[in-house]
Amino acid sequence: MKLELKDTPGQLLGALKPISDIGGNIITIIHQRDQTTAENTLTVDIVLELPEKKLDALIDALRERGCGVIRVGKERLLQKQSLIMIGHLMHTDLTDTVDRIDQTGFAEVSELHMVMPAIDEPSTAKITIRAISPEDMLHAVRILREVAAQKDILILEPLGGAE
Amino acid sequence: MRIAIIGFGAVGQGLARVLADTGFTVTAVADSRSACINKDGLDLPEVLARKEESGLCGSAGIGIADILSSGAFDILVEVSPTNAETGEPALSTIRSALAMGKHVVTSNKGPIACAYHELKALADINGVMLGYEATVAGAVPIVSGLRHGLAGNTVRSLHGILNGTCNYILTRMRDEGLTYPQALQEARDLGYAEADPTYDVKGIDAAIKLVILANTLLGMDIRLSDVDITGIDSITLEALSLAESEGATIRLIGEILPERNQVRVSPRVIPLDHPLVVDGTLNAISVCCDLAGPVTFIGKGAGPYPTASAILADLNFIRDSYDRGA
Ligand SMILES: NC(=O)c1ccc[n+]([C@@H]2O[C@H](COP(=O)([O-])OP(=O)(O)OC[C@H]3O[C@@H](n4cnc5c(N)ncnc54)[C@H](OP(=O)(O)O)[C@@H]3O)[C@@H](O)[C@H]2O)c1
Repeated sequence: MKLELKDTPGQLLGALKPISDIGGNIITIIHQRDQTTAENTLTVDIVLELPEKKLDALIDALRERGCGVIRVGKERLLQKQSLIMIGHLMHTDLTDTVDRIDQTGFAEVSELHMVMPAIDEPSTAKITIRAISPEDMLHAVRILREVAAQKDILILEPLGGAE
Repeated sequence: MRIAIIGFGAVGQGLARVLADTGFTVTAVADSRSACINKDGLDLPEVLARKEESGLCGSAGIGIADILSSGAFDILVEVSPTNAETGEPALSTIRSALAMGKHVVTSNKGPIACAYHELKALADINGVMLGYEATVAGAVPIVSGLRHGLAGNTVRSLHGILNGTCNYILTRMRDEGLTYPQALQEARDLGYAEADPTYDVKGIDAAIKLVILANTLLGMDIRLSDVDITGIDSITLEALSLAESEGATIRLIGEILPERNQVRVSPRVIPLDHPLVVDGTLNAISVCCDLAGPVTFIGKGAGPYPTASAILADLNFIRDSYDRGA
């Protein structure tokens, strides 16, 4: 579940209280400073788990506290990262490689773009993983690296901009 | 101040050429099979010419032991080949010089990567300096940049292009569509890669430089075997074009995350507009600091004169700090 809250500074904690009151479980909070909108409001993405049918009650509680709910989405997998794999991908059971990520419950392979070379040459693929939180992404990439090491596949991870 | 140069190859000879007008006197030179000593100062053009003609810098009968026992130098410059496993024989030579109360300046990664903490303690006890700016990224002043320029900052992460050979190969694969074997052959033809390129292309050279940075500047205590190392020898052109389609490319990146105690060398997908994407044999290092934020150093990582530049910087620093009598 994804909520985008319009929050005034200092009110973030206030916005979180109704979530715990209602029995929700916060998974991640992402401040997007670059998306700061008009006068002293800022946009916050909150990923949370919520008991069935409590969503309307939560939105009401947030509005009472002056937090505007801009958008509610049901996407779970907000984190996205692409990696490149080089190796004998087909001969080392590609389905199994993908399954190991999909089975986690917190991450999925959402795209696979494979380039087939000459026969017997190692193949190259771009694999896109989606995960719930940044920690889950780290975990999923670690699993992929372990699987790759077993199958003698080279994994090229991205290097982000300056942190 | 008087200097003894141990190792008279590309770097040793480059240094001999630039020392001419600097006020330093070279009193001894050694290569693998010979040495020469003159307490009043050697005639460097003559030594260079002799090396060129005969392959020997001096007389076959004398060697490093004679230079050490002569004591006729204030600073020992160690520029013999790197031994990544033990640092020897340079490590023993450096130990002896420090124990004698002589300053040491080196471009040799072996002794610094294998035994920095021991050597630094020995230098401190004897009241002398150990300069090693030239061991990492050639002319780029990364050691003094981190130690002095960014003093007081905490380094949260360090990422670097630390091997010019790998960067050259990956640049040519991207720009010209050369395969890995083609680009490697070109690097060999141009003298950028050794006949046996293993040490470079497998990421070992970059890893040794990370060990030096981690242990000497980032408060860590690691060995080469602690570095997670992947080389570039199985990078495909398909991988480069998949990266390109996202506005990125592939470069061999050394990474130190001090807080996670993580040190690794691996080919990474990196946005084309990232400051570390430098072309050809250049080196680049980006550090993220708590106060300064991101800072990037770029420059020539190898070659006789860029390396001599880093050695000369250490020599000058020692002279400025110790040579008060002059
Ligand atoms: N080249 C660069 O751009 C660069 C950059 C940064 C750091 N470094 C480091 O600087 C050092 C020197 O590099 P280089 O390119 O000058 O190497 P090089 O051209 O191979 O020269 C090495 C020199 O050391 C001598 N030598 C070998 N074993 C010796 C021993 N046991 N005792 C005394 N001398 C010995 C060799 O003698 P002979 O002449 O008799 O063979 C040669 O003169 C290496 O550790 C290298 O990793 C080099």
